[in-house]
Amino acid sequence: MTEVLLRVENLHVSVGDTPIIQGISLEIKRGEIHAVMGRNGAGKSTLANVIMGHPAYEITSGAVHYKGENIAEMEVFERARAGMFLSFQYPAAIPGVQVGTFLRKSVASVRGEAPSPREFRKELNEAMKQLDMDKSFLSRYVNDGFSGGEKKRLEILQMLLLQPDLALLDETDSGLDIDALRIVAEGINAVAENTGCLIITHYQRLLDLVKPNVVHVLIDGKIVQSGGPELAMKLEKEGYDWVDALV
Amino acid sequence: MTQEAKDAVGDYKYGFHDPESSTIRFDKGLSEKVVRDISELKNEPQWMTDIRVKAYHHFMEREMPTWGNCESLEGINFDNVTYFLRSSDKTEKDWDDVPDDIKRTFNRLGIPEAEQKWLGGVTAQYESEAVYHSIREDLEEQGVLFLDMDSGLKEHPEIVKKYFGTVIPHTDNKFSALNTAVWSGGSFIYVPKGVHVEMPVQAYFRINAKNMGQFERTLIIADEGSSIHYVEGCTAPTYSTDSLHSAVVELIAMEGAKIRYSTVQNWSANVYNLVTKRGVAHKNATVEWVDGNIGSKLTMKYPAVLLKGEGAHAEVISVAYAGEGQHQDAGAKVHHLAPNTTSNILSKSISKNGGRSSYRGMLQVTPKASGCRSKVICDALMLDEDSRSDTYPTMEIGNSTADLEHEASVSKVSGDQLFYLMSRGHSEEEAMGMIVNGFFEPFTRELPMEYAVELNRLLELEMEGSIG
Repeated sequence: MTEVLLRVENLHVSVGDTPIIQGISLEIKRGEIHAVMGRNGAGKSTLANVIMGHPAYEITSGAVHYKGENIAEMEVFERARAGMFLSFQYPAAIPGVQVGTFLRKSVASVRGEAPSPREFRKELNEAMKQLDMDKSFLSRYVNDGFSGGEKKRLEILQMLLLQPDLALLDETDSGLDIDALRIVAEGINAVAENTGCLIITHYQRLLDLVKPNVVHVLIDGKIVQSGGPELAMKLEKEGYDWVDALV
Repeated sequence: MTQEAKDAVGDYKYGFHDPESSTIRFDKGLSEKVVRDISELKNEPQWMTDIRVKAYHHFMEREMPTWGNCESLEGINFDNVTYFLRSSDKTEKDWDDVPDDIKRTFNRLGIPEAEQKWLGGVTAQYESEAVYHSIREDLEEQGVLFLDMDSGLKEHPEIVKKYFGTVIPHTDNKFSALNTAVWSGGSFIYVPKGVHVEMPVQAYFRINAKNMGQFERTLIIADEGSSIHYVEGCTAPTYSTDSLHSAVVELIAMEGAKIRYSTVQNWSANVYNLVTKRGVAHKNATVEWVDGNIGSKLTMKYPAVLLKGEGAHAEVISVAYAGEGQHQDAGAKVHHLAPNTTSNILSKSISKNGGRSSYRGMLQVTPKASGCRSKVICDALMLDEDSRSDTYPTMEIGNSTADLEHEASVSKVSGDQLFYLMSRGHSEEEAMGMIVNGFFEPFTRELPMEYAVELNRLLELEMEGSIG
């Protein structure tokens, strides 16, 4: 039987006194791609962030299980070391820290040992080539002064290097032109076979390139409908108004 | 180490001390006799004795400085300071001849190793005087003089007499008067015309004894068209009572010359570090201060440049790290005295665990200095709510053609940055260390590589175990 990587169980999440997620359940197995769609403010990013352990969000009831364990007490960095990865919608800039150094340190942290410089260089070259990234990236400061597209490429580069078991991709497609979108999609497809993916997106266009097994529609912190890829197409064509009737 | 001793020392890895081994130790306290005795012991020429005595009287009469965090100076008890301590009878040229216990200290600090790898010369000062000194033969052959200051005075009295106190007279401030009265050790450097010293030369200052006062005096002269990079490091043991480090550093860059002076002071948290540093840049000359303040209880240090000749340039890059119980009051002073002179000041400070860091700057443009350009950037990073950061910029602009820029920012480590780094497998301490190293990067990239690596490691250590 395929391994269940993520099991979200009747999850309720608040920020301060404001409830954001109000009872979400889903299960992602290795090799599956789940897409979460919904309007701005529906709670999509909150879902990704709370799974990764963002300290600003409080789980008021329900649970997140990763590889069969409740991870409520797990630190963010421990989740990363256990194979979880979040591609940020708005990745933070770290001025003064070079991309190359950052990648090497991150790979060492997540793998638990530093890769040999030679092997690492080889891996890095291949991954950057795949994403059509110039070597000059490596000496720039992490996300500092990056365009939206450059930031997203760096996120995907990290995903390729860190080889997560579970990848949470928060609007990785927004702000990308069509060529960049294709490259990013290829990056996702390259890891998808061996990974569980949760893709948060507004648009059908990414899902044309990365085929989801399941599409969830999120409204006001609840999944109101789940279905196959055809659901995403319906949303693209008809908008969200028909979904409101389901709430 | 007992647990108690460990608690006292904390994470400061240079906090060890060795048994005191003095051959001559003066009684605590200062008097004209102490000043005369130091001079006599060193067998100095009469003119130097006279300068010392004059400076001593000026020190006694002079008020405490008013520039800086002056109320903190009240904590200094000048009667409880040992003004002179000789720990070795002479300055050796071979580490094997340095007394074992002292040699061990410098080994632990990695000085002989660094010397072999990347330095053009080394002076190691222990308490009041240099215990070791060497310079590469090729530099010596080119006529470069690199000596400890006492030897400089003995062997080249004419040069010392000509320049000593010309950049920082004893009347400059109370601590320059004190230094002039009781100075001992420090470096003396002369680079002849047109000679470029490619490898940095280093001086390392170590205080070992309790309640010690270290008053080194450094004089660097770069003759026309020459260049040199001088690197200085400092550490001391952690004691529960205070020590005083009060140096005077004078730099003279003749026409077209370039002097870079890099410091990383990592004094233990019981040291008052009150240093006057000033350079003169003549026509088309450059003086650069690269100044890192990580340790000490209180540092008051404002490396200064007098841009005296047309086209001269000043560069002051400084970082300060203020942890618990520390106040780093640092900054820069640049005086544009001639036309078409330029300066850049970059100051970066970090405060943590209730530490306090201040940027105190002076930028002066005199009326006859037309066409000057200056850029000042001060960035402060606060790691928690208890810490403090202040900026005190002073500008005296007497010429309307001056082109001046001033930028200041205060920021906090954002939760987003920490979350981002932690989501890549880094613990909170590691994440904080990366952010801090990144913040200081514009400074560290100016250091020789070996130094930069050491500084990064030091800052990472500072972040360990510091997050609740």
